[in-house]
Amino acid sequence: MPNPSAKKISVSLNINGEMRQVEIRPIDTLLYVLRHHLSLTGAKPGCLNGDCGACSVMVNDNVYKSCIMLAIESVGSAITTVEGLKDSPIQNAFVKHFAFQCGYCTPGFIMNCQALLLKHPHPTYEVVKEWLSSNICRCTCYQEIEEAIFSVVEGRVGGTSE
Amino acid sequence: MLAGNIEYYQPSTVNEAVEQFFILKKENKLPMYYAGGTEILTLGRLNIIHPGAIIDIKAIKETLSHESYQEHFIFGASLPLTYIEEKNIFPLLTQTSMEIADHTARNKITIGGNVCGNIFYREAVLPFLLCDSTVVVAGKEGQKTHPIQDIFNKTFQFEEGQFLIQLLIEKKYLTLPFITIKKRQQWETGYPLITVACIKIENQLRFAFSGLCPFPFRSQKVETELNNTLLPKEERINHAIEQLPTPVLNDVEGSKEYRLFVLRNTLKEMIVEMEEKE
Ligand code: FES
Ligand code: FES
Repeated sequence: MPNPSAKKISVSLNINGEMRQVEIRPIDTLLYVLRHHLSLTGAKPGCLNGDCGACSVMVNDNVYKSCIMLAIESVGSAITTVEGLKDSPIQNAFVKHFAFQCGYCTPGFIMNCQALLLKHPHPTYEVVKEWLSSNICRCTCYQEIEEAIFSVVEGRVGGTSE
Repeated sequence: MLAGNIEYYQPSTVNEAVEQFFILKKENKLPMYYAGGTEILTLGRLNIIHPGAIIDIKAIKETLSHESYQEHFIFGASLPLTYIEEKNIFPLLTQTSMEIADHTARNKITIGGNVCGNIFYREAVLPFLLCDSTVVVAGKEGQKTHPIQDIFNKTFQFEEGQFLIQLLIEKKYLTLPFITIKKRQQWETGYPLITVACIKIENQLRFAFSGLCPFPFRSQKVETELNNTLLPKEERINHAIEQLPTPVLNDVEGSKEYRLFVLRNTLKEMIVEMEEKE
């Protein structure tokens, strides 16, 4: 069990394939630790209430909203943030299809799409719709985002990483 | 984010969790059990709840069971809703669950967290109410099993320090004909208005409701009226509505009159479809 009496505890987090040692309070959200302790600012604070998906990251290849997850819950798991995707097909597809305007929601959408493609390399339209309804884009780029994800499914956009 | 210096514990056994709860309580630390934690984190951020310590039960293996045991199928309280949906052992539960929150949130929301939550809806409890399920609870006196009807009255009637370990349903219920309908105020993803779930067993229909009253429920009186096939459907529905528990919700999501209007149409749709199903 982690030491509860200390105000801060030292934990190792496996982030984007690197082990990072960090001092956290047990109640710190993963979003807060990523941004404020590790300077990984790809995951964005939006609603902070689990509604908008701007803060989405992957933990063990599943997508989670990092504003409603404690950092301590991710100890021992592999965390992937948008900074951990390098030249992935879905990132390239977002660029190619202009699937953003202001870009604030984009890292969250990309992480959700990445997790979706890992689980369902050939998703139906219904599955895509169900997964993507977890994220909100204030600039309403939904059509372009769908085009981006289906261009990856159909192998029209590649990248150097999966 | 929750404020303050909250302590975090992750016990690996049921007994350790309960012992930890009472130690913390003695120290006046306001402990709370925690599984997916989505409700604790959102209500805590809004300053509505103020836990002093949280006891994360996700590492307790019994809370992660998803297996057959004799005549029953066991659902551990810490299973995320999406896990249950992907396995799809109990299609009524899958379909009810898929209407809760959104896909990413359901990776974190657990079945136990939803059925024990503070919000009105708690739709995941409806299939368990319909199927006379059994509830396994841990507490000071060890583990106890209860028929859900004995321990669920608007909410789970747990004693201090108790927590839900598992929900069991008899396998005969897993594949019965069912319908679950969720009506929203607007759009496909708008805020929920009412959810009605229905199964057919031995030619009788059973109904459970959420979003109609400030708590989910199943009512014998309502079911008796809805199954009275001597009367025309409209009359059966009128009599059933007279037997509803009170109060019917009347809020910004929908007035009482609107909710009853939607309920009437939904019940009609369901009865027509279910009475044809074998
Ligand atoms: S910031 Fe996490 S869901 Fe909106
Ligand atoms: S691109 Fe602006 S919020 Fe989505």
